[in-house]
Amino acid sequence: MTAYVIRNAHVLGTQVADLRIVDGVITDIGADLDTTDAEVVDATDLVALPGLVDLHTHLREPGREDAETVETGTRSAAAGGFTLVHAMANTDPVADTAGVVEQVWRLGREHGYCDVAPVGAVTVGLGGEQLAELGAMADSAARVRVFSDDGKCVSDAVLMRRALEYVKAFDGVIAQHAQEPRLTEGAQMNEGELSGVLGLTGWPAVAEEAIIARDVLLAEHVGSRLHVCHLSTRGSVEIVRWAKSRGIDVTAEVTPHHLLLTDELAASYDPIYKVNPPLRTADDVAALREALAEGVIDIVATDHAPHPSEDKDCEWAAAAFGMTGLETALSVVQQTMVDTGLLDWAGVAERMSAKPAEIGRVAGHGRPLAVGEPANIVLYDPRSTRVVRPEEAVSRSRNTPYAGRELPGRVVATFLRGRPTVLDGVVVEEVAA
Amino acid sequence: MRHLLSTGDLTRDEAVLLLDTAEEMRSVAERPIKKLPTLRGRTVVNLFFEDSTRTRISFEAAAKRLSADVINFAAKGSSVSKGESLKDTALTLQAMGADAVVIRHGASGAPARLAAAGWIDSAILNAGDGSHEHPTQALLDAFTMRRHLAPGQHGLDGRRVAIVGDVLHSRVARSNALLLSTLGAEVTLVAPPTLMPYGVDSWPVETSYDLDPVLPKADAVMMLRVQRERMNAAYFPSAREYSRRYGLDGKRMAKLPEHAIVMHPGPMNRGMEITADVADSTRSVIVEQVTNGVAVRMAALYLLLSGARDAASENTSDTTEGQA
Amino acid sequence: MSAHTSDSTVVLDSGDISRALTRITHEIIEKNRGAAQVVVLGIPTRGVELGRRVAERMGEVAGHPVPYGSLDITMYRDDLRMKPARALEKTDIPVDLDDRVVVLVDDVLFSGRTIRAALDALNDLGRPRAVQLAVLVDRGHRELPIRADFVGKNLPTSLAEQVKVAVTGLDDRDEVRIVSAPKGAGA
Repeated sequence: MTAYVIRNAHVLGTQVADLRIVDGVITDIGADLDTTDAEVVDATDLVALPGLVDLHTHLREPGREDAETVETGTRSAAAGGFTLVHAMANTDPVADTAGVVEQVWRLGREHGYCDVAPVGAVTVGLGGEQLAELGAMADSAARVRVFSDDGKCVSDAVLMRRALEYVKAFDGVIAQHAQEPRLTEGAQMNEGELSGVLGLTGWPAVAEEAIIARDVLLAEHVGSRLHVCHLSTRGSVEIVRWAKSRGIDVTAEVTPHHLLLTDELAASYDPIYKVNPPLRTADDVAALREALAEGVIDIVATDHAPHPSEDKDCEWAAAAFGMTGLETALSVVQQTMVDTGLLDWAGVAERMSAKPAEIGRVAGHGRPLAVGEPANIVLYDPRSTRVVRPEEAVSRSRNTPYAGRELPGRVVATFLRGRPTVLDGVVVEEVAA
Repeated sequence: MRHLLSTGDLTRDEAVLLLDTAEEMRSVAERPIKKLPTLRGRTVVNLFFEDSTRTRISFEAAAKRLSADVINFAAKGSSVSKGESLKDTALTLQAMGADAVVIRHGASGAPARLAAAGWIDSAILNAGDGSHEHPTQALLDAFTMRRHLAPGQHGLDGRRVAIVGDVLHSRVARSNALLLSTLGAEVTLVAPPTLMPYGVDSWPVETSYDLDPVLPKADAVMMLRVQRERMNAAYFPSAREYSRRYGLDGKRMAKLPEHAIVMHPGPMNRGMEITADVADSTRSVIVEQVTNGVAVRMAALYLLLSGARDAASENTSDTTEGQA
Repeated sequence: MSAHTSDSTVVLDSGDISRALTRITHEIIEKNRGAAQVVVLGIPTRGVELGRRVAERMGEVAGHPVPYGSLDITMYRDDLRMKPARALEKTDIPVDLDDRVVVLVDDVLFSGRTIRAALDALNDLGRPRAVQLAVLVDRGHRELPIRADFVGKNLPTSLAEQVKVAVTGLDDRDEVRIVSAPKGAGA
């Protein structure tokens, strides 16, 4: 039996209480709990949140183990306070069969830092032509419920319609990477005043918005569940708002970097700021924050996209799209949403734990901090600050856009089913069961 | 001036200094010995990731007239074409002790990246990057205009310049729009709406979709090269329609004021954006632009490479003390 | 532009300068047995104005105009790598220099490096029969084997001192002063 007592935690940032954890379950919450036979974790001044759930992570294994592996990616996730991450399907080979998703799922279990829920590809090889065996992936040990061609858009309207319909059989969801391909051929950054000046091919907001508009109408027509990945423009927010007001079953995510960073950063031509979808304008950032506060955007998802240094140490056009994000997500959300008064910690828990778990239909995650619930807990110190140093990353990759930037907060401890994966801000070695 | 990456980085004083210096450099070309010892022992690398014989030989002539050692590093047939990265190329040049790197690259921002990434200490001269900028082309255009339209003056105050054609993809247009307005000229960009950059309203220029009303007021008209392939991407329906609406022919040229000059950065598509009779007319200064290109590039190399950094703005006329 | 620093002494006033230039004019004519083959080239900035005055006086004495111009030596300096980049001055060569006598005119002769650069520059412009040097002030401290043929005033100085030359046309008066304060004072 392993028992922990977490002392004096601010549960969801409000009530101060002790939490007793026995055998992976929260057995008691209250003042001055008995610490007999238990390890005590002092959480004075720390906020206790349910373990974070990421609906959008790239773990790169199999295929790009030079960028990240399931092991390094889940360690990075634990360091960021996550207890479950969804691993995107754009690996090599693509996660478009039961075999690949089971492999990824199993690697997550073996390493034990953070649970891994594989995302299945919608189409074979992300080719956008033929449906992958969605049912087989759903029925596999990995129990896949989220399907996405992320990195590519399911741009064929008929294929998208069929996918939306087909996954209803097992309560799946299609997570769409909304990017009209013809409108974004060669696109490098947000299309705006700056792209014109910098001579970088523009990525118009309409390329995202047109797909979202089409997809919500498709979802309405066939009565399916749609999830919109990394929404990035004010116009997208308006379309999702409209869709929800119509009763369409759509959910949407925003990344931490789209809540904080703007396209102005591209003026440096430093590809560390090159990401898909691109960084947008300050006006878009404001709209995204409001929408996340309101609930029009349901969740924060990291789109953690590790790349080896050579894919960023080059000219802008040659660089890969993407940024790491697991280890900085909570800090960026604190800075953009909590410190600005837009969200309280309960709101953060809803958007970074409960709701993403619900969209992904995963059991045992995103549960409230309550007696009898699994002990997936993150302890977070919102009062400390730190300067982000890429070389200190737990992830195998260093492509954080926050290098040199001061961010608030620090994950002090993460518990996965009652076992600490992070203690004193450091990933616990040998956590594997 | 540490690097020359964008004409937008130049103050008016710096731009005028470059033009004034080029004026002196140009007179060197008229001397029996067209060589100056100024950059003796310095190494200038022409790093060309895109073919551009015109620009490359212009820089080469400029560097050689200043007695610099010139190394031409063309991407074709070198390790670059075998996938060597910009970074590794830069590290190589750094190890070779390049004092200046003149870079032509297909990717916008590649010179800025070279200047900022810490791979190399050399002065970086942008010789054209993607559809971003081509600062020395704009400087030679401004130099040519000043000689014809504002002789003896510092800038181009109040002169009207029309830049016509594929502004969207043109690094020449971007560099010129910024530089000419810094020098006080009134720039009008003329293009079909499909070839006008998004957000052009924020540029320090006027815009027009129609060429004819712009011509009678123009002191200079600059025709940009238009690639026929653009019509496959639906920027315009056909080469013929483009020429009819935006090409400069004899009839249109007649609408220009008496003193107006016709320019083209080259290479020309005769019959597309400019007809042969216009290109070869007395108003055309296209050949002179080439001559001036060498002088302007000499000036840029001189100002970037001689002496201490951030020098251009220093007042150097106060030389009355003993040894000037 | 004239600096009113505390530790400065006027060593030549406008009358002194005028007399010195007149004397130099006569010496040049005497040495060259007339002014027929002479071309005067001033070294920017103040040498150009001094050269113009010398050439005009020679013309008055000789009874025919003496060609004069300017010779910018910036591009021939040996300290380009050490000093900030300089704006170029005009080089204006009024006649073909081949087989002429070029009289270089500068305000102050000091290390001799300017004149070394001027000789190199001349070399690229033609082949004069002879090159002579006229300076308003020779302050000593030569670093090269160079001497002036015509000197307005020999002025022993210490290295800590500066010699400031003002000439009307560029400045508000004709004057040479010695300044012992470091450069920049009172600017």
